[in-house]
Amino acid sequence: MKTKDQKLKFANTRKAVSLALFVASLSSPIMAQDVDAGAKVYKKCKACHQVGQGAKNRVGPQLNGVFGRAAASDPDFKYSASMKRAGADGLIWTDETLTAFTENPKSLVSKTRMSFKGIKKEKDIINLLAYLRTFSDDPANIPEAEPTAKGTDHDIDPAILAIQGDPEYGEYLASECQTCHKSDGTDDGIPGITQWPTEDFVVAMHAYKTKIRPHPVMQMLAGRLNNEEIAALAAYFKDLE
Amino acid sequence: MTNPINRRVFLNTATAAAAATVSAPAVMADGHKKPRVVVVGGGAGGATAARYIAKDSKGAIDVTLIEPTRTYYTCFFSNLVLGGVRDIQSIAHSYGKLASGGVNVVHDWAIGVDRDAKTVSLAGGGKVPYDKLILSPGIDFVDGAVEGWDTSAQNAMPHAYKAGSQTELLRSQLLAMPQGGTFAMVAPPNPFRCPPGPYERVSMVAHMLKETNPTAKIIIADPKAKFSKMALFQEGWANNYSGMVDWIGADFGGGNVSVNPHDMTVTIDGEVNKVDVCNVIPAMKAGMIAELAGVTDGNWAPVNAADMSSKADADIHVLGDACSQGDMPKSGFSANSQAKVCANAVRGALTGSKVFPAKFSNTCWSMIDTDNGVKVGATYEATPEKIAKVDGFISKTGEAADVRKATYEESVGWYSGITSDMFG
Repeated sequence: MKTKDQKLKFANTRKAVSLALFVASLSSPIMAQDVDAGAKVYKKCKACHQVGQGAKNRVGPQLNGVFGRAAASDPDFKYSASMKRAGADGLIWTDETLTAFTENPKSLVSKTRMSFKGIKKEKDIINLLAYLRTFSDDPANIPEAEPTAKGTDHDIDPAILAIQGDPEYGEYLASECQTCHKSDGTDDGIPGITQWPTEDFVVAMHAYKTKIRPHPVMQMLAGRLNNEEIAALAAYFKDLE
Repeated sequence: MTNPINRRVFLNTATAAAAATVSAPAVMADGHKKPRVVVVGGGAGGATAARYIAKDSKGAIDVTLIEPTRTYYTCFFSNLVLGGVRDIQSIAHSYGKLASGGVNVVHDWAIGVDRDAKTVSLAGGGKVPYDKLILSPGIDFVDGAVEGWDTSAQNAMPHAYKAGSQTELLRSQLLAMPQGGTFAMVAPPNPFRCPPGPYERVSMVAHMLKETNPTAKIIIADPKAKFSKMALFQEGWANNYSGMVDWIGADFGGGNVSVNPHDMTVTIDGEVNKVDVCNVIPAMKAGMIAELAGVTDGNWAPVNAADMSSKADADIHVLGDACSQGDMPKSGFSANSQAKVCANAVRGALTGSKVFPAKFSNTCWSMIDTDNGVKVGATYEATPEKIAKVDGFISKTGEAADVRKATYEESVGWYSGITSDMFG
């Protein structure tokens, strides 16, 4: 445990570094890039994406080496049909395409399963991509970079995560979810929830159940599901194409 | 109503057609022995029930959906059409995907049910036999509910409470209203379809009048002293449509109302108001076929909460607005939720598939103004007496603009979700 003083000191140092970068960026003739600020923006992505040492595919694909990668090119990740088509059509993730995608995923890949509205501020996108750039080859990958791959921020009893859900019961329970969440995984204003890794699904539902995650409808619906029912839903949605 | 009508038997062609589209050859040969489910009404309850039974039984059950219209206009979001936020085509749906998903869709009126012979007779002739019948006919209006109004007056004073041509008619009347004119609404007594519906409608009418006719007035004659999301709507009207909306509740004589469609007057508690457009939403009852089937008690059809079966007949289930079930509001979301419980129970009864415990839920979103949505919702469970509320929530007054915008955007997502869930 850090003492309060140590924490304060740490916070002040971070602030100083950020400030220095910010000042440096102001004097720079080109658009400023701030990796540190980008790491903060990346928090929005963390619920679904991992990057850094040991990063794995979760709800979204891992993002190491994303620069220069063809869209839908990781054989271990289940992409939407729309993303696969984009990849087949030759979409390569570059600074330009990632900027467009990050700004509004659907503007670039219309039926992507990525349920994210996009980042509005140009500066945030620039900083985010600068941060992600540090996990791609060229100019230089940084293997010793601090890993951000931490799964999620919520604690959950491993015994709950270990429950094997009954997909048949899950299918029945899922019918309640599918009044709003579309079974083809697309997002017209309510996120797609198909093909999530079981653990992420269970963690998210328990976060609603315990009201850590805000949303009145989800808190209410998750609130009356028991651990077996959540596991059943996770088991069903995991494989829903 | 129990007299069998002797007409040409419609069944053989219908069953053969259904079998040809959905079944593997081995099952097809056995087609006539398959259990038969007939669903009357292709809205949120009926379309959902038909789709889920066909989908989940994988051809083991013959499912016939009887629905008179080829294009279904959802009542939910029809207020947004009135407000000019969406166009009428955006709430129109066809039954093509249900048909390709294995449901035998028959576009005809169901005009009678013979509960002894277990057949449904059609206006076009013929009878459709069933093992289980699901009635989801929505609402009809109570005769004489509003003095001076009956359905023959629905062109002069539209109800627009069944979406489609009535929605378009009311919108065209609102667009043609003279500057500074008056729009009157006669609101219905409880219980009725879509409790926040009339008040979302007032919001949407105000929204469009604010643009096209800012000096226009809105009067609501209401037989109730309070209504769904009342604080939220009244806050929204005060903030967004200041001075435009005059709600006259039961305490101020709002229930003492008569209309004259010929003179275009609305008399509220003795005071005659000359109006330009009048929307009469009369008291409601279950769609006619429920009464013809003899499963109603008063205006509605009582059902058992566990499986939505009629209290009058174990082989008939009643869904959505037409049934009386307990605590759930009459809404498209509720009907859709009840349909899934019913589908699961019907499939279990006919094929022996596993029947899981009933779980119900509902959420109603309402649009107050651009990027300004509110919602109310609850979960429910089946008790021996009724569908009983478990837990609920409601939007708060004074919420930040971004919360309201997110709620509106969520409602758009829900519309897309539920219509996919209903129609495939």
